[in-house]
Amino acid sequence: MIDRAILEAFFEECEDLLVALNEGLTDMCNGQADDETVNAVFRAVHSIKGAAGAFALEDLVGFAHKFETVLDELRAHRLAADDNLLRVLQRAGDILADLVDAARDELPANRDQVDPVIAELQTFLGKEAEPEEEFVFEALSLAFDPPETNRRFKVTFRPDHAFYATGNDPTLILAALEKIGTCTTTVQTDALPDRFSDFSWTEGYLLWQVEIEDLLDDFAIRDIFQFVDDLCDLKIEEVLDETGTDLPAPDEQGPDPLDATDEATGLAAEGPVLDVVDSEAQSLAKTEKSSKRTASTLRVDPERVDRLINAVGELIINQSVISQRIAEAALPNSAELFGDLDDYKLLAREIQEGVMAIRAQPVKPLFQRMLRIAREAADATGKSVDLITEGEATEVDKIVVERLADPLTHMIRNAIDHGIEKPQVRAEAGKPTTGTLRLTASQRSGSIVIEIIDDGAGLNRPRIREIAIKKGLIRSDDHLSDQEIDNLLFAPGFSTADAITNLSGRGVGMDVVKTAITALGGRVTINTVPGEGTTFSITLPLTLAVMDGMIISVAGQTMVVPIASILETIRPVEADLSKLGLNNTLLRVRGEYVPIIDLADRLGTASSKSLLTDRVLLLLQTETVAQCALAVDEIHDQRQVVVKSMQGNYGEIFGISGATILGDGKIALIIDPDAISSTKPKTQTAPFHSKKEEAYVTSS
Amino acid sequence: MTTHILAIDDSRTIRTLLTATLENAGFKVTTAVDGVEGVAKFQQSNADLVITDVNMPNKDGFGVIEDIRNGDVNRAVPVLVLTTESGADLKERARKAGATGWIVKPFDDASLVSVIKRLTGAV
Repeated sequence: MIDRAILEAFFEECEDLLVALNEGLTDMCNGQADDETVNAVFRAVHSIKGAAGAFALEDLVGFAHKFETVLDELRAHRLAADDNLLRVLQRAGDILADLVDAARDELPANRDQVDPVIAELQTFLGKEAEPEEEFVFEALSLAFDPPETNRRFKVTFRPDHAFYATGNDPTLILAALEKIGTCTTTVQTDALPDRFSDFSWTEGYLLWQVEIEDLLDDFAIRDIFQFVDDLCDLKIEEVLDETGTDLPAPDEQGPDPLDATDEATGLAAEGPVLDVVDSEAQSLAKTEKSSKRTASTLRVDPERVDRLINAVGELIINQSVISQRIAEAALPNSAELFGDLDDYKLLAREIQEGVMAIRAQPVKPLFQRMLRIAREAADATGKSVDLITEGEATEVDKIVVERLADPLTHMIRNAIDHGIEKPQVRAEAGKPTTGTLRLTASQRSGSIVIEIIDDGAGLNRPRIREIAIKKGLIRSDDHLSDQEIDNLLFAPGFSTADAITNLSGRGVGMDVVKTAITALGGRVTINTVPGEGTTFSITLPLTLAVMDGMIISVAGQTMVVPIASILETIRPVEADLSKLGLNNTLLRVRGEYVPIIDLADRLGTASSKSLLTDRVLLLLQTETVAQCALAVDEIHDQRQVVVKSMQGNYGEIFGISGATILGDGKIALIIDPDAISSTKPKTQTAPFHSKKEEAYVTSS
Repeated sequence: MTTHILAIDDSRTIRTLLTATLENAGFKVTTAVDGVEGVAKFQQSNADLVITDVNMPNKDGFGVIEDIRNGDVNRAVPVLVLTTESGADLKERARKAGATGWIVKPFDDASLVSVIKRLTGAV
């Protein structure tokens, strides 16, 4: 019974190995098929096979074996890394990943996909009848001996120098023999040299004879000599009569001459020499390159890290409480205290960053997976696409890496399916026939930005508009800005494909992508230039537990608005405000009009300041209505806040994403800008509706 | 005294499995992730037995055995090679490098433990 945790660890390791495998294959495709790269690829497959065997994952082992055999041929330079081979190897890498997934989900392998690749691999190995090394350890005895339990065996062995040189010890063998039956042991010392100076510590001078009684058969004896039967002139004979006839004299020549030849010729003549040389001379040169793959890591239970993160969150809050207390205490000019406080802040910040870094992971494995997605999508659509990844070392929270996989997959598929044109269309447009898709990650001022940039046709806005009207998402007389039209892609139930392809269709749209990213506290924006391509930018907070917030007040309440959503803050002047209808006001920002949303009104209360010009407007970037200006009473501060979820206690509260504790110990609610800006100000009911009710309101 | 095993394998899974199996059997286990670390740890560990994988980065299993056999520390220590291949060719290479014995992956817990007990004289 295998421990589930070990199996989990195996799959985790498979992930790493598959990344290394893909990396190596990619290097090879880029013409870097040097020995070390091929070796690394080989090792990855080999390790998966080895470990999979421990869990009896037969499909995985079988496939990995075939894969590995081809790689071994490549490694031995019996195959050349030509385009055809590389293509098959990449395919094999994909299948291997599939098989790992299938094994993890305890699903059977998809033979329809696996078998053709096995067949393709086989073409590089020549004839089907590959001599499988069936190495039988214990041959079953088919002799019809009556099952006697009191058989006697005589074991004679004379350990030679190799016996001692390979870490074996005759006394341990004797001890083992004594455990299986009653032993009578004698030692012949005839071969001992006369003079002490003639002794060699590696020589075997002693001949041991052991008679063992009460045995069923000689299997147990052979078992004990399992590793040394070729190193000690072993003889095992059954003693049939009680007389104990004299032993045949052991081979007096001894094995020494033979071994000497072995040593003299071994290095020059044998194939394995390569490896011997390999391990010593080249290993130093390789160390640098290989070490990045085997950097030693510490595995920690994520729960412990979470506890630590929580504690650090409290520390940050505590630090702001202390700062505030000290400020309020109006202490006499105590420069030292303030200096100490600054140190404390710095340390707290440092600890916080350190703790966050524990959870941080490079996006590399995630990006590597996308290479495959892109390849498959390109194959399925008959397009030619190069996926270029950049900034793979960028680190983000582990959860973010995990939860980004699906949205990214979807977006990559979308970009290839809808963005990049077919080769002939590209040729006609004067573009290279191979499209380029760039997947980049970078850290920009406290956020992680992931971009998917294609050089395709760009969004077809008239078509998007048409579809949105057809699907009832907008009315035909609605006036929408370009950006608003682009954002329709994220509207639930929108799909630009005329026929839903099985590639990016799947009945879900970009709205799922948006939801997933919003759930991570991030946002997606689109930037498209017709004919030149489209860029999807995902902006994510560096960490999930702490965020930069703007402390504001509205109707006497202190609240927090995530800085990530705020483009700028504006003190409005009368001239920039214009009325629209009875209740709506627009703000003019650099020639564009954006709707003003009264936060107090949205929360079902009234602002303490009646005039808009007395208030502050936060220009927000949201997914729902492009931009809007959120009117608040005052802004106070900008600081890091520790996000505490309220869902556990209060359920989902519409418009509020969580709460935080401020320096003065008071609790402030954190506004969800997207939700707040999306609701229509129709009723002044309870302060917060539940999300369900709200969904009902908007869809009705 | 507890028998101390040094297990060298670049596969985390195999290391975990070995550790679980051997610790269950009452051995003390130290692990290393590749040949270079394995040899380094061996020199400090005073191990009673070494189990090493063959295919590893930086230094393979044969290199490990050669280093041990040609080193100054406990050079007669039993070394078991852990391998997926079971060919006679591999056995011969292992032998030439100085291996005491070999275990084929996937290994059977009971026989691994009994082999170790035999090679170390542990009860």
